[in-house]
Amino acid sequence: MSAAEPVLEARDLRRAFGAVQALGGLSLQVRPGEIYGLVGCDGAGKTTAIRILTGLMAPDAGTARVLGQDPLGSAAGDLRSAIGYMPQHYSLYGDLSVAENLRFFSRMFCQSKQEYHERRERLLRITRLAPFVDRRADALSGGMYKKLALACSLLPRPRILLLDEPTNGVDPVSRRELWALLFELVNEGMAILISTAYMDEAARCHRVGLIHHGRLLLEGSPSELLAGFPQLVLEVEGPGIERAEALLATHPAVVTSSAAGPRLRAVVDANRAAELRQALEQTGARVRQAQPSFEDLFLTRIVAGPDATSAVRAEQETEAGA
Amino acid sequence: MKPEGPIIRTRELTRTFGDFVAVDRVTFEVDSGEIFGCLGANGAGKTTTIRMLCGLIPPSAGEGYVGGIDVSRDPEAVKRSLGYMSQRFSLYLDLLVVENLEFFGGAYGLGGAHLRRRIDEVLQQVDLDAERRTLTRALPGGMRQRLALASAMLHQPRILFLDEPTAGVDPSARRVFWRLIRQLSREGTTVFVTTHYMDEAEFCHRIGLMVDGRLVALDTPEGLKREHVPGQIFEMDGAQVHRALQLCRTLPGVLDVQPFGAAAHVRVDPGRLSAEQLKAALSGAGLDDLQLRAAQPSLEDVFLAVVEAGSRCRIPERPEGARGPGSRGPIPTERPAGARR
Repeated sequence: MSAAEPVLEARDLRRAFGAVQALGGLSLQVRPGEIYGLVGCDGAGKTTAIRILTGLMAPDAGTARVLGQDPLGSAAGDLRSAIGYMPQHYSLYGDLSVAENLRFFSRMFCQSKQEYHERRERLLRITRLAPFVDRRADALSGGMYKKLALACSLLPRPRILLLDEPTNGVDPVSRRELWALLFELVNEGMAILISTAYMDEAARCHRVGLIHHGRLLLEGSPSELLAGFPQLVLEVEGPGIERAEALLATHPAVVTSSAAGPRLRAVVDANRAAELRQALEQTGARVRQAQPSFEDLFLTRIVAGPDATSAVRAEQETEAGA
Repeated sequence: MKPEGPIIRTRELTRTFGDFVAVDRVTFEVDSGEIFGCLGANGAGKTTTIRMLCGLIPPSAGEGYVGGIDVSRDPEAVKRSLGYMSQRFSLYLDLLVVENLEFFGGAYGLGGAHLRRRIDEVLQQVDLDAERRTLTRALPGGMRQRLALASAMLHQPRILFLDEPTAGVDPSARRVFWRLIRQLSREGTTVFVTTHYMDEAEFCHRIGLMVDGRLVALDTPEGLKREHVPGQIFEMDGAQVHRALQLCRTLPGVLDVQPFGAAAHVRVDPGRLSAEQLKAALSGAGLDDLQLRAAQPSLEDVFLAVVEAGSRCRIPERPEGARGPGSRGPIPTERPAGARR
């Protein structure tokens, strides 16, 4: 397999839980050396997609491929050590120490003693967990716990890493360390699929898929996606901000608006921005145009976007009728 | 009417677990109606501080007063006077929304017509009236979180302790939640909140930063930025950001260089390196196509600066101008003694 071939692939994946359509035709590809970010609301289907791609769950329809093979097919055993998976929730033994958890998972992967010791040294070093080898997993801070879970998933030198919201509840310093580690891993040729609710993390991925109701709304590199942002972003501050807030809440040119610390931030229809800007300035507030951010994109497409919800609902009704 | 004193007050508050000092001589005050943010790395002592102030664990040393009640002497009275939403909020997933509220109302000793009226009121407040008969398990994360908040508000507490209330909640639900928090603060409720989202911390009137159990910085968001992230920040954007980053690290007058999403932030001492000089240095290295624009420091910059500096920081004297929400206009700091909403 050449380096440009995707090592992780979802083709039109569908999966329902009772009446809830968790995945409604999801397709994506992840290549070696790439961090692919799956971004979406709670219940958008991120976890289901990751679980199907790791072979923990079968899709109702569609195809999952890991290194070109079916993760639930005859190659499943061989694929196991090619995939590192870090679930969203607690996956370690709380009563075991850092070192004991690593040894336990190493045995699960049938590693030799020598291999275990080599991997352990390297993983403890890159996660900076070496001073804590004897601490019980339960007694680790949130950030250290996540790093230990990551270290366990990296034991067999996987070529593919799937991380389900690895940074929830992790502080900014630990988040930055975790990301530095991910960049090191992809530079060595790993393929990483990561789901996140942090929009600043989405902006760090090589490619991002915006998932909603189980299918992709948008996909591309962060700069492509932001370059294609069709609206303008205005920031408002200063005296008159209360009146400006009331104006933004009712003005038809506003797509979304909300407070951002002491300022207001609004995504507005580009054609009517000048008119709105004038009205805002009349309240006495200061207005300036800002660069669109990933959060603006997310809120505009998912919260205020008309296309997403209705399209999927129509599809679900069609499926139900068929 | 004279302003009420601080509604939360600690002096040298300390908690140890065996040899481990989780909270180390922490002293601060929170005013009535203030949104007070407690930031820090995982394990810095934020949750332990909250648990002491909520009367859930006793301090090992020092004092804490919440609503005038000594948390060491009368933890039960403290528990009744405040609302607490823990990191993993404890709703019963197999109950309807309204049943969860009936259960928690009962736990606070409410009942009958009063409880029914309060349930109606809190459901309105958190905008879940339409979900009253929904099974809690079927609610998306953002709504569950608002239900947890509602259950902490049934007994009309004047103080809310929220421990990472938005962890793992998507951006739109987080915005709805914070609109609610700001509304509660405007109506006079004091909110003590921990978060790892620095954009949320911007909504706090004042922020305390904890490192290794100690409170190492305490000020308004603007004050923290002025003190801990001095200089001018430029955001660089373009195809060759990575090369530009390496170059900037070598320039005199550059205080800090950080990758920031796909772009990068360069912080300079404007006395030693002007915007023009920075541009000239970049184009001298063949990096003309980079976009350079002035950026505001974020609280993430503050967090990284303070946590990395760790023990070098001291708590500044609380300036008069930073005395909680009173200086910020719309939020009332006065309340008749003993008044309940």
